[in-house]
Amino acid sequence: MNPAFIAGAYFGGLIAYAAGAISCAFCQKTPTLARFLGFGLALAGAALEATAAVGVLLTGVESHWTIPSGVPLVTYSLRLDPLSAYFGLVLAILAAAVSIYSIGYTSNLRNGTSAGFLGFFYNLLLLCLTFVFTAANVLFFLIAWELMVVAAYFLVVTEHEKDESRRSGLLYIFMSRGGTGLLFVGFLLLISAAGSMEFSALRGIGDRLPAHLGIAAFLLLFFGFGVKAGMIPLHIWLPAAHPVAPSNVSALMSGIVIKTGIYGMARVLFDFYGALPPWAGMLVLLVGVVSALLGVLYALMEHDLKRLLAYHSIENIGIILMGFGSALLFRSFGHPRLAALALVAGLFHTLNHGLFKCLLFLGAGSVLHATHTRNMEEMGGLIRRMPSTALYFLIGAIAISGLPPLNGFVSEWLTYQALLAGFGATSTLTRVAFPVAGALLALTAALAAACFVKAFGITFLALPRSGEAARAREVFVSMRAGMAILAAFCILLGLGATWFLPLFDSITERALGVRASVDLVAGNGFLLSAGMARGGTVSTAAIAIFLVVLGTVPALLWLLWGRRGARRTGPSWDCGLPGLTAANEFTATAFSKPLRMIFAALFRPRREIQAEFDVSPYYPKAIRFESEIQPAFEKHFYDPLREGILRLAVRMRGIQAGSVHAYLAYIFVTLILLLLFAVRG
Amino acid sequence: MSEQAIALLVQLGLLLLLAPFITGFSKTCKARLQTRRGPGLLQSYRDLHKLLRKGMVIPDTASWIFPATPYVLFVTTLLAGLMIPTVSAQAPLSWAGGVLAVVYLLALGRFFLALAGLDAGSSFGGLGSSREMTIAAIAEPALMLAVFTVALGAGSTNLSTVAEFALGQSWRFLAPSQMLAFAALFIVLIAETGRIPVDNPATHLELTMIHEAMILEYSGPYLALIEWSASIKQLVLMTLLVNVFFPFGLSTDWSALPLASSFALFVVKLLLLAGVVVLVETTNAKLRLFRVPELLAVAFVLSALALISMFIF
Repeated sequence: MNPAFIAGAYFGGLIAYAAGAISCAFCQKTPTLARFLGFGLALAGAALEATAAVGVLLTGVESHWTIPSGVPLVTYSLRLDPLSAYFGLVLAILAAAVSIYSIGYTSNLRNGTSAGFLGFFYNLLLLCLTFVFTAANVLFFLIAWELMVVAAYFLVVTEHEKDESRRSGLLYIFMSRGGTGLLFVGFLLLISAAGSMEFSALRGIGDRLPAHLGIAAFLLLFFGFGVKAGMIPLHIWLPAAHPVAPSNVSALMSGIVIKTGIYGMARVLFDFYGALPPWAGMLVLLVGVVSALLGVLYALMEHDLKRLLAYHSIENIGIILMGFGSALLFRSFGHPRLAALALVAGLFHTLNHGLFKCLLFLGAGSVLHATHTRNMEEMGGLIRRMPSTALYFLIGAIAISGLPPLNGFVSEWLTYQALLAGFGATSTLTRVAFPVAGALLALTAALAAACFVKAFGITFLALPRSGEAARAREVFVSMRAGMAILAAFCILLGLGATWFLPLFDSITERALGVRASVDLVAGNGFLLSAGMARGGTVSTAAIAIFLVVLGTVPALLWLLWGRRGARRTGPSWDCGLPGLTAANEFTATAFSKPLRMIFAALFRPRREIQAEFDVSPYYPKAIRFESEIQPAFEKHFYDPLREGILRLAVRMRGIQAGSVHAYLAYIFVTLILLLLFAVRG
Repeated sequence: MSEQAIALLVQLGLLLLLAPFITGFSKTCKARLQTRRGPGLLQSYRDLHKLLRKGMVIPDTASWIFPATPYVLFVTTLLAGLMIPTVSAQAPLSWAGGVLAVVYLLALGRFFLALAGLDAGSSFGGLGSSREMTIAAIAEPALMLAVFTVALGAGSTNLSTVAEFALGQSWRFLAPSQMLAFAALFIVLIAETGRIPVDNPATHLELTMIHEAMILEYSGPYLALIEWSASIKQLVLMTLLVNVFFPFGLSTDWSALPLASSFALFVVKLLLLAGVVVLVETTNAKLRLFRVPELLAVAFVLSALALISMFIF
C-alpha cells in the first residue's frame, strides 16, 4: 500500500471522528439524527483507521507527519509506526463493533441522557484515543492523554444525577491526574537527556540516562501508565468507574481505554529503553501475577454483572503484564527470540482481551437494557428470552476463560510457553519464578472459568428471579450485530491465530530485532509453535476440526443403541416440595461461597443473618441475609492515604490567608527562587 | 489408510473400550477390600448399554445447554485422550496440542458440565457446580506446576516428546523432582476424578456430593455419555501419570508387535495405579469440603518442591 493511501485513510478517519463529534453537538434536539450521524461517522472513521493500521502493519513502513504548532517545543507530530498501528487496529476493530451496537443502544436512553451528548463525547474519545496511539511528541501525547481522560470522565458521569456516578467519576479523574503527574516527571527525565520532545529522539534514551535517573524514570512511567491500565494496587478507580458508564462506553473503556496504559508501557519499555536490569522485568511480572490473581478473586465476589467484568479487566491486564515482564527479563538475559515470543503473547492478549471484554460488556449492556438491573441475583432464564445475546455472551465467556479453541486460549498458551521457556533462559534462582508464575496463571484461568460459569449460569440459565427478568425482550438488531462481529472475531482469531501472528513481525523486529512469526508459525501455517526446536505445538484449527469430527462418535452410539421418541420433559427434582420456584435456585452469592471461605484471609467476609419466626425457629417466616467482603486496598492503603492528605490540607490552610497581598508575595518569592535555580543551573 | 489414521482409530477404540473397564475394576477392587462381592468387572459396560437404551427426562427449566453438555463433555474428553501417549509414545494428535491443550480441553468440558448443573434450576445442581469449579480451580496450580516440572525436563509441553524423553531415561522416576511431582499429580488425580477423600462417586447424599450433584438431572443416553466421559477422563489422567513417570515398555511407533507387549504393560500399570487409588479410597474417610483445599495445598507444595529440587539437582 502506498504511503499516500495510508495517510488518506488515517486523516480521513480523524476527520470522520471529528465530524461525528461536531454533528452530534449540533443535533442535540434531534436524537435520531444524532445517533445515526454520530455513530455512523464513528463507524466510518473506525473503518478508515483500520485500513491505515493494516497497511502499516503489512508493509512495515512507518508514516510520519508533522504539523508545526507555533508554540515552542510542541509540534503536532503524528507517527504510524508498527506499534502505534497495532494499537490503532485494536481500537478501530472495537470502535467499529461498538458503534454499530450504539446505534440501537442509544435509541431509548433512559434518565434523560441525550444521544447527542453521548455521541459527542464518544467521538471525542475515539479521536483522542487515536491521537494517543499516534502522537509522536511528548507534549502532544500528554495533551491527547488528558483530553482522553476528560472525554472519558464525561462519559462516566453521563447519568450524573446518580450519586454513584458522580463519586466514581471523581475517583476516576483524581487517580488519572495522579497518574499523569507521574508521567510528566518521568517524561521530563527522559527529555532532559534527549534534548527533544520527539518520540524518535527518545528511542533508546533510557540507556543513555545516568543509571539512577533511568531507574527513576522507569518506575515513574511504569506506575504512571499503570494507573490507566488499572493494575493492582492502582486499580481502585476501575471497578468504580467502568460499571456506571453507559454500557457501550464501558465496553470501550475496558476494551481499549485501559489499553492506552499498556501502549504507554510497551512504548517506554521496548522503544525508549533498550535494556533494563532484570529486577525491572521481575517487578512487571510480579505486578502482573498479583493483578491477575487478585483481579479474578475480587471478580468472583461480585454479583453486579458490570463490576464483575470490570474486575476481570484487572485480571487480564495482569496476564498482559506477565507477557511484558517475561519479555523484559528475556531481553536482559540476552534472548531476543524468547523476548519476542513473550511480547507477542502480551500484545496478542491485548487485542483478545479487548475483543471478548467488549463483547461481554455489550452483552451485559443488552441484559441491563432488557432487565434494567445490573444485579445478577435478579436475573435468570434469559437464555430463553434473549437467545442471541446469550449465545454471544457464552462465546465471550469461553474466550475469556482461556478455553480452546477460542482466542483467549491462544494468547494464554503463548504466555505459558513464554513462562516455561524462562526456566531455561537463566541459571540463577530467578528461573524458578517463571514456572511458579505459570502455575498462578493456571489458577487465575481456572478461577476465571469458575467466575464465568457463575456469570453466565446465574444470568442466563434456569428460572427468572424477578419480574423484570421474566419480561425481558431480545435487543435490537444493531445491538446483536455489534456483538456478533466481536464474537466472530473471537472465533476467527482463535482458529486462525497463526495467520494473524505475522502482523506482529514488524513490531518485534523494531523492538527486539527478531521477526516473531518465523519461530511461532509452523506446519504450513496450521501449527502454533513455541519457537524452540522440540518445543510445544498447538493447533486450534485442528482442535476445532477434531471436536466436530469426534462428534460422530456419540452420534454413532445414538444410532446403534438409542431409541427414538423416548425423550420427555419433566420437572427438576424438588425434594418432594410443591414444585421448584426461582427461590430454590442457587444464587451468585452462594456459588462463590466456597471460594469466599477458602480465601477468607483475603476477603475477610462478614455476614449477618436475621430470621423472623412465630412458633419454632425451624419454620422462619422471613430471613434477611447480608454479606460483604472487606475491600483490602481501599481500607489499608487508600483510606489512610486520604486521611493523610486531608490532615496535610488542614495544615496547609494556615498559609492560605485569603489575602491577595500574601498570594502576590508567594508568587514573587517563588519567581525569585526559580530564577536563582535557573542561574545556578 | 495411513499409519496416522490407524493410530488415531486404535487409540480412539482403546479410550472408549478400556475406560469403563478401569472404572469397573476400581469398583470391584473396592468391594473386595470392603469384603463385598462387588458388581463384577463388566458391570460398567452393562450400565452404559442399559442407559443408552433407556428413555430420558429433560428438566422443563433447561435450555439448549443441558442437551449440548453431554456431547461437549464426551468430545472434549476424547480429544484430550487422543493427545496423550497410551500404548505408543507417539500419541496420534500430540502435534495438535500438548499438555496445556489436554488440561484446557478437560476444563472446557467441565465448564459446560457446571453450566448444565445450573441449568436445571434446582439447588443441587448449583451446589455441585460451585463445588466442582472451586475444587478444580484450587487443584489447577498444583497440576500445572507438577506438569511444568516434567515438561521442563523434556523441554516441551507436547506429551509425545515428554514420553520419549522419559523413555530415554527409564530410571528417572527415582529422581527427587520426579517423585515429588508424581505425588502431587496423584493427589490432583484423586481430586479431579472425584474420589475419596475429596468426593465420593457412590454417594447421592445432598450435603456431600459434588460431581453427582451436577449430573443429578441427567438420565438415559445423556447420563451414559457423561458417565462414559468421566471414565475416559479418569483413564486420561491415569495414563498421564503412568506413561510420563513410568514409561517402561512404551512402544515408540505403531507397528504391531511392540504394540501388543506395550498394551499389556500399559494395562498392568493402569491396574496397579487404580489399585493404589482404591487403597487410598478404602483407608481414608471423606474430607470435609473445607479441608480439601489443605490437601490440594499439600499437592501444590509438593510440586513446588519438585520444581526447586529440579533446580538444585
